[in-house]
Amino acid sequence: MTITTRSGAPGDTTTARRLTSPTWVRSMRYWMYQYKRTWRGSITTSFLYPVLYLAAMGLGLGSLVKGRVDGVRYLDFIAPGLLASTAMQIGGNESMYPVMAAIKWLRTYFAMLATPLTVIDVLVGHLAWIALRLLMVTSIYLAIMAAFGTVHSALAILAIPVGILTGLAFAAPIAAFAAAQQNDTGFSTIYRFGLIPLFLFSGTFFPIALLPGWLQPVAQATPLYHGVALCRGLVLGRLSLASAGAHVAYLVVLTVAGFVLALRSYRRRLVT
Amino acid sequence: MVVARGLTKRFGDFVAVDGIDFEIGRGESYGLLGPNGAGKTSTMRMIACMSPVTEGTLRVLGMDPAHDGSRIRGRIGIVPQEDTLDLELTVLDNLMVYGRYFDLPRRVIRERAEQLLDFTQLSERAHDKVDPLSGGMKRRLTIARSLISDPEILILDEPTTGLDPQARHLLWDRLYRLKQQGVTQVITTHYMDEAEQLCDRLAVMDGGTFAAEGAPSELIAQYSTREVLELRFRDPDTDTAGIAARLEGLAERFEALPDRLLLYTDDGESALTEVHRLGLAPDSTLIRRSTLEDVFLRLTGRSLVD
Repeated sequence: MTITTRSGAPGDTTTARRLTSPTWVRSMRYWMYQYKRTWRGSITTSFLYPVLYLAAMGLGLGSLVKGRVDGVRYLDFIAPGLLASTAMQIGGNESMYPVMAAIKWLRTYFAMLATPLTVIDVLVGHLAWIALRLLMVTSIYLAIMAAFGTVHSALAILAIPVGILTGLAFAAPIAAFAAAQQNDTGFSTIYRFGLIPLFLFSGTFFPIALLPGWLQPVAQATPLYHGVALCRGLVLGRLSLASAGAHVAYLVVLTVAGFVLALRSYRRRLVT
Repeated sequence: MVVARGLTKRFGDFVAVDGIDFEIGRGESYGLLGPNGAGKTSTMRMIACMSPVTEGTLRVLGMDPAHDGSRIRGRIGIVPQEDTLDLELTVLDNLMVYGRYFDLPRRVIRERAEQLLDFTQLSERAHDKVDPLSGGMKRRLTIARSLISDPEILILDEPTTGLDPQARHLLWDRLYRLKQQGVTQVITTHYMDEAEQLCDRLAVMDGGTFAAEGAPSELIAQYSTREVLELRFRDPDTDTAGIAARLEGLAERFEALPDRLLLYTDDGESALTEVHRLGLAPDSTLIRRSTLEDVFLRLTGRSLVD
């Protein structure tokens, strides 16, 4: 047999210049292929979790909450916070084990780097994929929130990009951390001392004004607080431009800083 | 296709590749031989534009890896020492994903994948996941994958390590056919038979430098004799060095091992007659042709490298 003739023959699509895809898109495609395998379970989960959380915490637990929280029903209070927290979890999950797998277990990053792709393509492609996942998950979340009657403003649609930003603000620095690890033991530390405490104490389930005075600035310094505040403000339609700007700025700075760190840590690990 | 001058790779204080020079021509199969840690893989990774050059110059396809790494990698195929296949995807999807890294249209990848799976005898497994495949199949898939972009140079780092003889011979056959199609190959290996089978020219590396370079037959002619006479002694305490001293002049070079004495000579038969005439009675004798292995051991020593 002979293998396809070298490019250059007339009509060969590889040389007949068509629009080329940006290199980071090519690395993102890998994650899409991967997702083909698990998308059914993943999408089901994306629908199921918001229903379970809103039913149990919002309706169930919320029925015990007499009166209003922060001026609204408990269900209305926690729903946007849960959306932001879910974005954080997706951002965290997708930048820990998958990064470790791509470096150590499946060595996918190295396969990519044996092709025209570069380290920056590998990182941007992975983060772009995480952003796409966040887009799916937050959109579904918002749709379910609407079904529960918890969306009170047209601005709520902006909770989707805010959710993506919140997720990336975690994914980028965590990817930087993951790429520097020799094994996955550090990840449980991130969950135990990072994601879970943030989930519980960043204003998702109760206003941080209820925290002891000294803890309030701590809570305000965490990224999830800003994501939660933004989402809540947008969904309830009561956000001032100034505070919105401050929250967004915080999350953007964290994402950019995380990206710079991740690029450094990827270079160190992947190019020797 | 590849030109290196004073090529050097350092990791901190450790010098992995120490100023080597070589040229690889179009259509040539060039081998890098050497014990573990000799610098073969570091050299390969630099040629593959996956590892930056510390010092010296390197040109691949006329381009400088420091500036055109991405363009060069678009025109070469890389078979790394460790497979980087996606075990959870199917055989075909592995080719598809990889081809898409090169931005090949799906249709082109599908056509080539069909040919390549046929070529590597994996067609029947096209829709199976990679994980349960045997080592030989995975290796063949890695080679098929490296060919998806129709590369001008194929870089193979220990392509057959860990494979059974059947799988090795199948791979050799496929690599030989690729060579006939004009694909330039750069191969590292520590199997001497593989180097003799596959390489037009090879370099023996040791401690980051070239100990010798040339065609297999040239290297044998230059660093060994035509034949080797092996005298074997069952008693491990036999003073083989002492015997060698008695046989002085019978061979160009002696090598005394605990249970064996090797005589490097162009005429093994007459050396053996002489050994018998001197009244020596080894437990068994063997006259064989010199191989690349003799060259290799002479150049890099018999002691174990870890």
